[in-house]
Amino acid sequence: MDYKPVKTFNELAVKSLDDFIYGIAPYPVTAKNGMVIGGGAVYPEINMTLPPITVDESTMPEVRKQYAEMIEGILKRAKALHAPGIIVELELLPPTTIEPKWGIEINKILREKMYEYEEKYGLKSLLRCTPNDTREIMRPPLMRRGDLLESIFTTFEKCAEDGADILSIETTGGKEVHDEALVTCDIRKAIFALGVLGVRDMRFIWSKIVEIAEQTGSIAGGDTACGFANTALALAEQSMIPRVFAAVDRVATVPRTLAGFEVGAVGPDKDCGYEGPYMKAIAGVPISMEGKTAACAHLSSIGNVAACVCDMWSNESVQNIKLLSAPAPVVYTEQLIYDCRLMNEAAAEGRSYALKLRDWLADSDSRLDPQAYVLRPDIVLEISKELVKEKDAFIATKKAAALAVDVLKRGMAAGEVQVLPKEKKWLDIISSQIETIPDDWQEFWHEMQKELDLSKWRPEEYDLEVTAAKTASAG
Amino acid sequence: MANFEELSQAVFDGDGEQVVEITKSLLGSGADPQEVISNGLIAGMERVGVLFKNNEMFVPEVLMSAGAMNTGVEVIKESRKNFDMPSSGKVVLATVKGDLHDIGKNLVGMMMESNGYTVYNLGVDIEPDKFVEAVKQYQPDIVAMSALLTTTMMEMKSTIDALVEAGVRDNVKVIIGGAPITQDFADQIGADGYAADAASAIDLCKGLVDGNARDALSA
Ligand code: B12
Repeated sequence: MDYKPVKTFNELAVKSLDDFIYGIAPYPVTAKNGMVIGGGAVYPEINMTLPPITVDESTMPEVRKQYAEMIEGILKRAKALHAPGIIVELELLPPTTIEPKWGIEINKILREKMYEYEEKYGLKSLLRCTPNDTREIMRPPLMRRGDLLESIFTTFEKCAEDGADILSIETTGGKEVHDEALVTCDIRKAIFALGVLGVRDMRFIWSKIVEIAEQTGSIAGGDTACGFANTALALAEQSMIPRVFAAVDRVATVPRTLAGFEVGAVGPDKDCGYEGPYMKAIAGVPISMEGKTAACAHLSSIGNVAACVCDMWSNESVQNIKLLSAPAPVVYTEQLIYDCRLMNEAAAEGRSYALKLRDWLADSDSRLDPQAYVLRPDIVLEISKELVKEKDAFIATKKAAALAVDVLKRGMAAGEVQVLPKEKKWLDIISSQIETIPDDWQEFWHEMQKELDLSKWRPEEYDLEVTAAKTASAG
Repeated sequence: MANFEELSQAVFDGDGEQVVEITKSLLGSGADPQEVISNGLIAGMERVGVLFKNNEMFVPEVLMSAGAMNTGVEVIKESRKNFDMPSSGKVVLATVKGDLHDIGKNLVGMMMESNGYTVYNLGVDIEPDKFVEAVKQYQPDIVAMSALLTTTMMEMKSTIDALVEAGVRDNVKVIIGGAPITQDFADQIGADGYAADAASAIDLCKGLVDGNARDALSA
């Protein structure tokens, strides 16, 4: 079956730098309870997870108790701080996705409490349901069939029927190849993983998720290149790979994550997709972002710049442990609410104030790290404008990487972004690797068959036919 | 004539061709393979290890050096048919059951290999029983476990319990790591060691197996 885009983005949805701002998306999304994302205000999105515990039948009573305790604490704090609304993300873990009944149960625990706070106290909230992409448990993974995939779809369907408002997932199609590309800093493989495998898998899985959203009246939010560029970010943060590589890899994820919107997702996309600003610029969808207030989950060098054009502001994830003031999820709820208050207050004063705040957020980070630089709103628009000219997602991926290199080189030369001396040569290494990639994806696939370990993933799961190996074995 | 210093430099530079050439030349002029390895190949990798630990070298660069070192080892193996590659120790390495995060674990494995350890990397989502099987099969000095999720950390304890139950716990040192892991947690579940990153994992291994495996090898 062919999973063709239903929408193509030939021009930018955001028309000018002054229209590229937090809280406002060209195509806002309205939820069942009337909350509008991207319609003017930035909302907090809180995500929480379990403290050390094994999830199985015997511990499920404790798991239920944990989630009940977390949601009560979160909503109570949101109410006390007069939050105009809050989004709660339930990021399911592998066991609570493989066993859909558990995920469904937890989803219900959260949703019911949220309804209760809305009815009793008028606290509006939305629930985002994010099953785990458990397909990769099997190695090499089955991407398009099997029980693991069925459980993901069942989880989506039932959780949506039970009131989950937004559907999201961080899919892993192509990660089998991308992981290795990262540790070897091989941009050819990364571009193949993202532009060929990732795009194909995104089209497949998001076509299905959009269908489920339509049937259940929920919102097909969007994906994130977490398994790709955030892995790069985490590696760069530990000095394992150059930051410039992580920055280029981030921009190269744009066509891959955009593929979800091309088959009908509408936003808000998922918080950990730092490529979100590009989604907003190109597809006009509202986006969720995370930065400094997600340091509980992972460190980064893009804590402020990530907020520039966000429509929701998230903490990524925090486990339910007690801090001096309160349990961590409650603490993070408070922090997110204050972050959002400030942004909304500035915007209420007038657009020029919001733009000023946006620029402070951008400038305070963008000089210090190449990953922050490629998220600067003007850079996002500049690169996006070029990307929409490309019809083919693979060519767009290659172009995205090349543009990121050019922009970084220019930024370095102009003294706009600091790059460590030991990293400088890497931009040249990356561009020379990009130059070896042919424009015809089939030719590229043919080449890659010789470079990749085909026992680690199944080409047929991406509708790819192995040709080179056949020739080799025939010869 | 080629010398150990040049060989070590070629490993450091990740220059496989040079490594092959110099190794051949050294062997040709009668150098002891054992010394070629320790004073040339491993010496180069040790320099790499120091820079990596100080964040002055990136993983892809370390991998280039490790690859170069391996080409040298291959040359030696080819030239001395029954040459036994010395090992700093044997390690069974895996991510525990239910957990698929493997980049950190693989980096640890890579650093171990480039420091002369023989690594049996079992992969991800590995059940306690599989660890036990591997311990019986490979008789490692160290069992190294990785976990990145708070919901899979406890599998480390289950694995240690399984090793105890199978009567093999005392044959190995158990080390653990991953973002949510702490020294406290390691103590709590009865692991022998914890390290926060790949470079310190090597120091940890050295501390734990120096006493037995290394001596046995040099004996
Ligand atoms: C990259 C990543 C992923 C990638 C993994 C890619 C891969 N092949 O490994 C993908 C996208 C697939 C992924 C999936 C998931 N992830 Co994840 N992931 C991360 C992230 C951002 C970085 C991990 C990483 O690779 N770091 C870089 C490496 C180099 O560092 P490292 O792993 O820590 O390893 C170093 C040390 O710890 C140490 N070390 C590691 N192992 C060992 C072993 C020994 C013996 C020793 C001595 C040392 C040692 O040395 C290493 C090198 O220096 C972390 C964030 C974080 N804070 O860690 C979240 C994180 C771990 N993931 C998280 C979650 C929730 C998930 C998912 C459940 C998400 C979902 N709903 O889909 C799934 C679970 C999949 C599964 N079954 O395991 C949460 C965990 C929360 C929790 N409950 O514990 C985190 C903290 C992010 C968050 N949301 O807050 N993830």
